[in-house]
Amino acid sequence: MLEVLKQIDYSPFLLTFKLAIITTLFLFLIGLPIAYFLAYSKFRLKSAIEAAVALPLVLPPSVLGFYLLLITSKNGFLGKLWQEYFGHQLAFHFEGIVLASIIFSFPFMVHPLTAGFRSINKSLIEASYTLGKSKLETVFRVILPNMKPAILTGITLSFAHTIGEFGVVLMVGGSIEGETKVVSIAIYDAVEKIDYTTAHVYSAILFGISFFVLLVVYMLNKRFEVR
Amino acid sequence: MIVVRVKKELIGQKGKFNLEVDFKVEKGEFLTIFGRSGSGKTTILRMIAGLEKPDEGYIEFDGKVYFDSSKKINIPPQKRNVGFVFQNYALFPNMTVFENVAFALDKKKKENIEKVEEVLKLVELYNLKDRYPSSLSGGQQQRVALARAIIKNPDILLLDEPLSALDYSIRIKLQDELKKIHKMFNLTTLLVSHDKPEVFKLSDRVIYLEDGKIRKVGTPREVFIGKSISGKFSFYGTVLDIRKSDTVKIVTVDINGNLVEVVTTTEDLNIGDEVLVGAKAFNPIIKKIN
Repeated sequence: MLEVLKQIDYSPFLLTFKLAIITTLFLFLIGLPIAYFLAYSKFRLKSAIEAAVALPLVLPPSVLGFYLLLITSKNGFLGKLWQEYFGHQLAFHFEGIVLASIIFSFPFMVHPLTAGFRSINKSLIEASYTLGKSKLETVFRVILPNMKPAILTGITLSFAHTIGEFGVVLMVGGSIEGETKVVSIAIYDAVEKIDYTTAHVYSAILFGISFFVLLVVYMLNKRFEVR
Repeated sequence: MIVVRVKKELIGQKGKFNLEVDFKVEKGEFLTIFGRSGSGKTTILRMIAGLEKPDEGYIEFDGKVYFDSSKKINIPPQKRNVGFVFQNYALFPNMTVFENVAFALDKKKKENIEKVEEVLKLVELYNLKDRYPSSLSGGQQQRVALARAIIKNPDILLLDEPLSALDYSIRIKLQDELKKIHKMFNLTTLLVSHDKPEVFKLSDRVIYLEDGKIRKVGTPREVFIGKSISGKFSFYGTVLDIRKSDTVKIVTVDINGNLVEVVTTTEDLNIGDEVLVGAKAFNPIIKKIN
């Protein structure tokens, strides 16, 4: 049994976590200002932006993957630029699946953050303003510290969702060993090759990790509620 | 002196109405805006603080223009030197009592730490300085909010029904405290309230606001009592109960916590009405003695 476990290649896990961590980091930085805007702005076309943000929830991953592939391939608008600056195309490379993951997990970060911003009592923000603090300082000293559960939810959901994604990564990244072959795709490959042992081990580990991540979120959220 | 002359369209229970007020607050004065809920009282405070924009008008603090619609001047709340106590206190849940008050000041300088401690002692909160707001009672939270609002020596202290959510006995105590602080710092104060006893106790002057317009201005006595009764012996109270007894009514009135029964023949009294209970002075009479 141990022998079998030792023989299995665990590099897809490393790749998956690298992808999930980088994606989540970018998503957090991009998601914060967008969520702030969606929560507080009275801009007339806000609904259109909200719809665009939520689109990955309803679009089939293949549709999203198809468009992303067109954009990131050698002849695509983004792929071309990438080729010029970095010397290789965006599609079928790690950077390509990072981009795909960011777009695909967008609502999983932006929705909890928007809800978090909206949950802050308006008078807290106004109190900060009357005490002479700028909008930016108010965000960092008053708003964000009081929406920790929302931040945690956004980060974990994006992380977990990125680990679990399949279709978009397959379309944009293909299945290139060490570059774009993440666990979910490796499982698919293993099943195709009737290598059920590998598929079993990968699946069981992914199953355990996903459950553990969600468990941590709910436990932490409970602690926040108590205080 | 603070000059306020503003107009704003508001939406109330009966539909749209225009808030249109023009008044001045003298330095060191305790002025109260009195009116029913929905009369626009809070909006006036918010416009002075810069949290809401008047449709048109002019706001000036000791010669500095804060708002002037004709010149398109609108100074943001951060740059207006006001202390605002919100109805729900708006304490930052992530900060201790000390940190909440220190938030009003710039970074942690040594003298600032001393200043915060001094103010906390003044409002009797020093022992609670490391507690979080959620573990404090309503009265304590209110005092933290007050300490936070006054620590920067604002040009005006704005109080938005700060005591309305508190128990009667705590309210009385905090009214005394407000009065003490007002006197101590000679702090120009603008209070919004719908509680007549509170207005009487605290204010130098009252603005009676109704449907967005100023109906009366003057001392609490002038505004609420008028000249209809010349009694020297009178109290404000709330009707708790009305019992019929033959041709008269026996009315139970709550006067600052004291219950009294008064016999009356007045027709249009209802439970919950604010009333004045008074005894007229005896008229001296002259009679010839044989």
